[in-house]
Amino acid sequence: MAANNQHDSGMKLVNPKHNPTVAALLSIIPGLGQGYNKRFVKGAALFILFAAFVFAFIDFLSEGLQGLVTLGVEQGQDDSRVFISNGILAVILLTFFIGFYAMNIRDAFKDAKRIQLGWQVPNIREGFKNAWDTGFPYLIIGPGFILLVFVVIFPLLFMVTLAFTNYNLYNAPPGNLLEWVGFSNFAALFSIEEWRTTFINVLSWTLVWTFVATTLQIALALFLATIVNDPRIKFKKLIRTVFILPWAVPAFTTIIIFSAMFNDNFGVINTGLIAPLFGDGVPWMTDATYTRIAIIMIQVWLGFPFVYALFTGVLQSISSDWYEAADIDGASRVQKFRHITFPHVMFATGPLLIMQYSFNFNNFNIIYLFNQGGPAVRGQTAGGTDILISWIYGLTFENQQFSMAAAISIILGLLVAGFAFFMFRRSRSFKEEGTF
Amino acid sequence: MAASNRKPMDKKKKERLELLGSYTVIAIMFVIILYPLAWALGLSLNAGTSLYGSAFIPQEPTLEHYRWLFFDERSDYLIWYRNTLIVAFSVTVIATFITGLTAYAFSRYRFVGRKNGLYAFLLLQMFPVLMAMVALYILLNTVGLLDNLIGLILVYIGFAIPMNAFLVKGYFDTIPRELDESAKIDGAGHLRIFFQIMLPLAKPILAVVALFNFMAPFMDFILPRIVLRSPENFTLALGLFNFVNDEFSNNFTRFAAGAILVAVPIAVVYLFLQRYLISGLTAGATKG
Repeated sequence: MAANNQHDSGMKLVNPKHNPTVAALLSIIPGLGQGYNKRFVKGAALFILFAAFVFAFIDFLSEGLQGLVTLGVEQGQDDSRVFISNGILAVILLTFFIGFYAMNIRDAFKDAKRIQLGWQVPNIREGFKNAWDTGFPYLIIGPGFILLVFVVIFPLLFMVTLAFTNYNLYNAPPGNLLEWVGFSNFAALFSIEEWRTTFINVLSWTLVWTFVATTLQIALALFLATIVNDPRIKFKKLIRTVFILPWAVPAFTTIIIFSAMFNDNFGVINTGLIAPLFGDGVPWMTDATYTRIAIIMIQVWLGFPFVYALFTGVLQSISSDWYEAADIDGASRVQKFRHITFPHVMFATGPLLIMQYSFNFNNFNIIYLFNQGGPAVRGQTAGGTDILISWIYGLTFENQQFSMAAAISIILGLLVAGFAFFMFRRSRSFKEEGTF
Repeated sequence: MAASNRKPMDKKKKERLELLGSYTVIAIMFVIILYPLAWALGLSLNAGTSLYGSAFIPQEPTLEHYRWLFFDERSDYLIWYRNTLIVAFSVTVIATFITGLTAYAFSRYRFVGRKNGLYAFLLLQMFPVLMAMVALYILLNTVGLLDNLIGLILVYIGFAIPMNAFLVKGYFDTIPRELDESAKIDGAGHLRIFFQIMLPLAKPILAVVALFNFMAPFMDFILPRIVLRSPENFTLALGLFNFVNDEFSNNFTRFAAGAILVAVPIAVVYLFLQRYLISGLTAGATKG
């Protein structure tokens, strides 16, 4: 029987009477379980910490959570937005509290288990040293983490909650109280004709824009990199410097410059190039199709240099043995490009190219700075070149449709998260994570 | 005889044509790239302020707009420059330090929540800042940091952390662990290893991260636009944007002058450091 037991646990119990379950149960009051493990200083410290936390925050927590449910009671006096933000802070605090609480129970359980196996409880000094060692990573992550919670996570959560309220131009705090409306914003987005067509238009243009602009950008970069990489071409350094220039100049200035150059009436593209050739100017700013063409061209101008620089680096690193072997086999230039150059380049820069797509998907600057998403389209809140992110911006800061903007943000977020998930699974570093 | 003679001639001709084609493409690209930039420069030398009537090559080039930006008492340009430098320096120092610490923890320690933390970083760096704008506005308003450079700095740092920490973590991972393990055996503490071994070895990537952090405030106009209200708190990008936002074509030459004064130093830095910047980004994306 004893042998059997030993076989089960794999180790010999030195203190079979010391029960881990009891330690864990005692830890329901933080510190007691540690006391049972005879780690009195640790237990006392934990107890005091938890007690202090509960005393300090109990009111804030209960009020915050309550406020999150009611969103304010007295019209004109309670600001629902404050209730939401306090509520979210309360939820974040509570999550931490529960996490620490669980860690406290786990700690008592683990220590008790080790004592059962004959582990000697360290003295206070060693205990401190151990705490410093295990706590160190948390300590140095701390500052960044706290900032991240407040500046990134909290605002994102706030945005998520807004999507389930009725916050718009006509019902805005502090004058009015917000209410929870469940999924009705999402329902409206898909059932009300006006919203649905706008959403579909914007989403499809966003996808077309991302795909066309980025792919052209990459294609042009590849084309130029192959041409310039030819050993017969001279002045390589000068060429590279000029080709990288659009990347080096801040994009917001160049976009504004372009938007002046494309001006319908007195932009230089119309007066200097199109009108002399075709006799008439092109409505770059007032016809959605032309605006789309213009911003795709501008984005190619802005975006190809970085990819070009990447490609040049890769091309220089491809061993000439490959090409010599291909020459001996009598391969044509196209074949060499298809079977040697292209795979090499794509393999080496794949993740960065995917990042280019995700960058353009949310490329607010060019859309907004060129023509503020315009030209306006009759009967919808989005302009002809608005992509999801710039539409959200317009809904929020120009039309004050906060809830709807938040709902669309959530959809955008889900798209982004899905894409990110796809990236994780392919990312090499996560496959290699376990190896060191 | 004639046939065998013609072949190499043809080949040579073909090669020449090819080379000519390549140079033509490159020349066209030169024009497309340089024209807009030269045009902006030319416009900034025009006497009038409006886009209409300004010429690429002005008849009487003048530095009047540059003078206005620096010396006219209605111009806040120098204040904007100072504000931008304050923001850029603070963000660079604080964000680089915090990301260094965070990356060190994620690279060298195994702790509960590490893997989830990494996933969270990857996910968070994909969300655009814009999605959080409304809440940031309300949050900064509640704590009294609206229209305040400190608020802007904090937001920049917060959003820089996930991406930067990933880049730096990827670089730390390539530093052999034997180095810090032997230091540990020699009795070096956690912080000592960080400051005396990891930080000096990670200088290249830290420089890249610092540079990106420094440049961001010069190029971003949208976050300052939401956080800052009064003109004396503006950063350069926001101030310049407002030049053209109010009356687009009437202030254009002035905008061009201001933009060139921002673009030239940034472009010079980028051109000088391009190889490091690109290799830093490549390393971070493929190894991180």
